[in-house]
Amino acid sequence: MAEPFRIGDRVRASRVDPPHHTRLPRYARGAAGTVTALLGSHPLPDRRSRRLAADPEQVYAVAFTAGELFGEGDHTVTIDLWQSYLQPAAAEPSGAAAATGDGQ
Amino acid sequence: MSADHTGPAAPVAARVRRLEGMLEERGLLDAELLDRALGEFLARASPANGARVVARAWLDEGFRERLLADANAVLPELGLSMGGGLQEQQLKVVQNTEDSHNVIVCTLCSCYPLALLGPSPTWYKSEAYRSRVVRDPRSVLREFGFELEPGVAISVWDASAETRYMVLPRRPSGTEDLGEPELAALVTRNGLIGVAPV
Repeated sequence: MAEPFRIGDRVRASRVDPPHHTRLPRYARGAAGTVTALLGSHPLPDRRSRRLAADPEQVYAVAFTAGELFGEGDHTVTIDLWQSYLQPAAAEPSGAAAATGDGQ
Repeated sequence: MSADHTGPAAPVAARVRRLEGMLEERGLLDAELLDRALGEFLARASPANGARVVARAWLDEGFRERLLADANAVLPELGLSMGGGLQEQQLKVVQNTEDSHNVIVCTLCSCYPLALLGPSPTWYKSEAYRSRVVRDPRSVLREFGFELEPGVAISVWDASAETRYMVLPRRPSGTEDLGEPELAALVTRNGLIGVAPV
């Protein structure tokens, strides 16, 4: 399991478009944002929906600027994302393992 | 973007009906019990609940601070809870101020604090609202007849996981003399979603 993030950390959402159910909205893929809250631990939907073992994992509220998501706009969008959807913003975009939760 | 969730023949609804039928056939589910549980939950689920929370928060600063810090902990003070489903859901209340405005959406389906807001409006589940409010909230609010001042910062909350969101609207001016029930009567479901002022 990846190192947990803290409030204020810059994170990047996975770019992977998985062939199965996910709760990572498409419009957030590849975008960088800031962790604003810890929202408890819940089983990863990507695994649970495939009836795979899914231990609870940390969910974060992540605030994205409209500019980062859409290239324009002055609002922010906060999206609630599981640990597996995220990596440190400075890192390279993630591969399939992180996005699907298969890398556990 | 997942499919439209407003159609009467939505595939998920058909699957749920089929599943329910099979569970009943096998004696695993009591249809009456299910209907009663749903009926009781829906009878309690109403925007009047969210309105009571807002009115109390307008009148009682201590309550408001505790509500914003941990909404689940203070709901029982009004006889309310987020525990109507299989598990208690976390509620996060986001506060509008003079220079910041909040609006809620679930871009993936139609997540929403049902117990406090009542059944969601059809437009909340529409693809148009779900896709456009994250992209251009100011224009969407304008279409609801809600013109925000240019300097007001907008925060959109996409309920994409297990937390549910509710907006704490600004208290209208000229309501200084009103009591809690009168204030609650001013609060609308659209106000609690953030697509209308109160």
